[in-house]
Amino acid sequence: MLILECPYCGVKAEETELSPGHEAHLKRFGPGSSDEDFESYMFARKNPKGVHFERWRHSYGCGKWFLAARCTATLEVFGTYPAQTSEPPPDIVARIKARRPEWEGYK
Amino acid sequence: MSTRLARGGRLIDRSRAVDFTFNGKRMRGFAGDTLAAALLANDQMLVGRSFKYHRPRGIVAAGAEEPNALVQLGTGSRSEPNQRTTTTELFAGLAAASQNHWPSLEFDVGAVNAAASRFLPAGFYYKTFLQPRAAWKPLFEPVIRRSAGLGRPPEEPDADRYEQAYAFCDLLVVGGGIAGLQAALSASASGQKVMLLEQTPHWGGRAPVDDVLIDGRPAADWVADTVAALEAAPNVTLRTRCMAAGVYDHGYVLAEERVADHTPGDGRPKKRLWRIRAGKVITATGAIERPLPFAGNDIPGVMLASAVRDYLVNWAVSPGDRVVIVTNNDDAYRTAIAVHRAGLTVPAVLDARAEANGALPEEVRSLGIPVLTNRAVAKVKGGKRVTGVTVCAQAGEGAVLDSFDCDAVAMSGGWSPVVHLWSHCGGKLIWDEAQAAFRPDPARPPITHDGSAMVAVAGSANGELLSADVLADAIRAVGGEGEAPRAQSPEEAPTEPVWIMPQGAPPALRSKMWLDYQNDVKVSDVQLAAREGYESVEHTKRYTTLGMATDQGKLSNINGLAVLAGSLNAPIPAVGTTTFRPPYTPVTLGALVGEARGEIFQPLRRTPMHDWHEAHGAYWEPVGLWRRPYCYSRPGESHSDAVAREVTNARTKLGLLDASTLGKILVKGPDAGRFLDMLYTNVMSSLPVGRCRYGLMCNENGFLMDDGVVVRLSEDSWLCHTTSGGADRIHAHMEDWLQCEWWDWQGYTANLTEQFAQVAIVGPNARLLLEKLGGMDVSKEALPFMHWAEGTIAGIPARVFRISFSGELSYEVAVPAGQGLAFWQACLEAGAEFGLMPYGTEALHVMRAEKGFIMIGDETDGTVVPQDLNLGWAISKKKADFIGKRGMERTFLSSPDRWKLVGLETLDGSVLPDGAIAPAAGSNANGQRNTQGRVTSTYWSPTLKKGIAMGLVHRGTDRMGEVIEFPKIWGGVVQARIVDPGFYDKAGEKQDV
Repeated sequence: MLILECPYCGVKAEETELSPGHEAHLKRFGPGSSDEDFESYMFARKNPKGVHFERWRHSYGCGKWFLAARCTATLEVFGTYPAQTSEPPPDIVARIKARRPEWEGYK
Repeated sequence: MSTRLARGGRLIDRSRAVDFTFNGKRMRGFAGDTLAAALLANDQMLVGRSFKYHRPRGIVAAGAEEPNALVQLGTGSRSEPNQRTTTTELFAGLAAASQNHWPSLEFDVGAVNAAASRFLPAGFYYKTFLQPRAAWKPLFEPVIRRSAGLGRPPEEPDADRYEQAYAFCDLLVVGGGIAGLQAALSASASGQKVMLLEQTPHWGGRAPVDDVLIDGRPAADWVADTVAALEAAPNVTLRTRCMAAGVYDHGYVLAEERVADHTPGDGRPKKRLWRIRAGKVITATGAIERPLPFAGNDIPGVMLASAVRDYLVNWAVSPGDRVVIVTNNDDAYRTAIAVHRAGLTVPAVLDARAEANGALPEEVRSLGIPVLTNRAVAKVKGGKRVTGVTVCAQAGEGAVLDSFDCDAVAMSGGWSPVVHLWSHCGGKLIWDEAQAAFRPDPARPPITHDGSAMVAVAGSANGELLSADVLADAIRAVGGEGEAPRAQSPEEAPTEPVWIMPQGAPPALRSKMWLDYQNDVKVSDVQLAAREGYESVEHTKRYTTLGMATDQGKLSNINGLAVLAGSLNAPIPAVGTTTFRPPYTPVTLGALVGEARGEIFQPLRRTPMHDWHEAHGAYWEPVGLWRRPYCYSRPGESHSDAVAREVTNARTKLGLLDASTLGKILVKGPDAGRFLDMLYTNVMSSLPVGRCRYGLMCNENGFLMDDGVVVRLSEDSWLCHTTSGGADRIHAHMEDWLQCEWWDWQGYTANLTEQFAQVAIVGPNARLLLEKLGGMDVSKEALPFMHWAEGTIAGIPARVFRISFSGELSYEVAVPAGQGLAFWQACLEAGAEFGLMPYGTEALHVMRAEKGFIMIGDETDGTVVPQDLNLGWAISKKKADFIGKRGMERTFLSSPDRWKLVGLETLDGSVLPDGAIAPAAGSNANGQRNTQGRVTSTYWSPTLKKGIAMGLVHRGTDRMGEVIEFPKIWGGVVQARIVDPGFYDKAGEKQDV
């Protein structure tokens, strides 16, 4: 039962207040895209043991989607941030690098 | 004979006798007894039969680790299986019954299994089912079912109630022994919010039993002072009878408090489940003594040395006049002293070590008790109770050197720290060679959200087995400062690991050495598993069932993996432990359910007209969390007759449907049209104000997920109707895309489902009713089909949508929810002269099927694209993009070689079975019959007086007129012709009048 802080309303929300929404920062491939791009967008999800970026919705709170950077192995949370970004904010990337020097980066 | 001593017993109140029964036999104990103590006081040493061999079993332990003494507690609506007698507090009228025996505890037929034990080896279940399949059902299963199993599940609903409570604290301390008390005391001084849990009803743990002195006074005095200080502290919460069951992510801890277990029927909840969120957890959970593996170590009367001490000191219960003690450590000598002090006899202490010269052994010698070193139990004598032991050299192979008559054997194989809660969330262990035990590795704790350690360990749970070290360790664990109180206990010489006794025991002895009492796993079983190639401890566990019983191997796991390590010739840490999983001891299902049973199992959503439906014969159908009337049965009328009446009435006169559950989502803003064009397969931005349009919503895969009528309310706002069950899901879907993909588009969504009551007025007389109610022009000219208007009807503000899901002239009227019932009643009153009747969801379904309209969830199953349902007309060819467009372009979805929606008309007029699958010639790669279609909706049509159905059939739209066969449930087939699904008024003339 994770606790994640909603970056919109500031509530430290327990997992029962949240809905998970798989990997963050996906790039949508629509009409005209190649089969490979579409397949990768639809089905190829990262499943790392370690640093991961995820989508969560504060479903039973403010209703906003947000993103979380988290270690899937230790459940350490590096930070949460609004969903309206196309890549992780620099302060969170810096925090992850400090905590996980071996981390290869978000791409 | 086990009996009650005339004096002593720190936990019992001799002035309050308590009567109870065991297997119907009346017995008497004292207030403060556990059931186990009271049974022993009544010389009830035999308390159950073992799981597999039905061997006689007695009480082994005095706490939560007890593997044998499980009983069926209570009767009728208060019956619970597998209750541990050692943790069950005695109360007046308690009725316990032994388990797993037939016909009686004393005489058990299943005990022949023991004689046949060489046919029930490790992996017996797996090996059995290698035999011919034909033998399973008639031969093996009845035998296994009869002989296996512990207690019986209760047959009546639980008469008790349970509750759940939430708690938040900075520090949660688990365990109310001296370590836990000291940790809580040190932490409380810092002002932290502290919670302290103890699973038994008493504070202090083992220290008061073991003669520990703290600051020169008996431990019990220090415990009393410390508890008083903690109770006085405003920032400390203390709970006894509260077992911390599991530690989970980010400091989440579940604990079960036995509130009224010992006072049944007093009105309080039986149990309370605590859901605790702790900043940090300290486990001061102590240690559990290990049994020694020697032949006959499961005979009633063989007990843990610490348990013998507990029964003597806490409850003044003697397990027997003569107690032989067998040990590999100094601690068990305390038991010899306690037995002696109670005025009973210790014929000998058998010590497996070469020498025993510590303070405790010397004290025992000074009492005149023989201490024999390098000695082991060769075999325990006795059947239903211990009668004696034969003695051999530990170093040898079991040649008998001596024997002693005795009534009980107190064994100690050393102590294992209780590391369960440390391990639940990822804490790692290290092997402590000196103490022959796993203990928490401080370098690898379970960690929490910020990467810091979530759990710390204090006292014996941390491997600090000497009282003198425990208090300082507790202060260290909370990061506290200051001098620890000085605890005094004698120095102890190291434990010498003994995993088999004697070390060279031959097979005859090894096959009588029990490791796991509850699951009947012996030393020989683990060794057999190792010989058969089971090298992983996790595999061996499952193959032999070692540690898989309700006690989860609290006594057996370390001994078992040590035997495995010995067989594999590997060091113990290389073999490792099995995974520790919550709960620590079983949590009753009632506590997990809490108050959520019966009517409040889940929330019920009611429309404004719910009570009216209830009062007028509604037969309810669950739709999501809603209840909708399936039909309104009149007295003496069957449900199917009611449905037929409702359909015919709506088709010929006038029907009224409560459609309030329909999802209603407002989408508003400068970019709302653009957004809806992405959500729906067709174009919504072009819909003129005042008009309605049927729309389809797909997911990104292109599969159809919802449908409904979209209404253009104003220049910048649209109202999207969704399916009844889909409103929340579709609203979430919209928010997802709006917030996460097109976040720069301006618009918002609001789920207005419960703001409006919606009533469908359906049938040829619909317009007459609305005209009579008055207030709006609802003529064909003023309000044509697929238009809507806003106004007042019968004095109530209303939106009137001219849409039809029945094929009849139909108006759906939305009014504010608070006026829904008034509007409904106004319709009923005014509609009487037009033949109005309310109708339910089944009539709705029949009418839509007669029209060939699809229903999400019937015609769709998450793998159906709109084209499969001949809904290509609702997919825009002009739009560059919409959700699902790319997905449905994939070759296998755009192929003509798919199952297509068709109507199905049985040749004999009967109703096709729901979900029936039409077989095709040949079989697939798995040897299963090929299929060519399935029934998705099937009804008796009262309008057409025959069975009608829709189905998905391979290339169905190209096969009009063809007859295919569907199997019937009870055999035989029914033939159906593939037809157009528009069974009724295909041209749509009736709805557009």
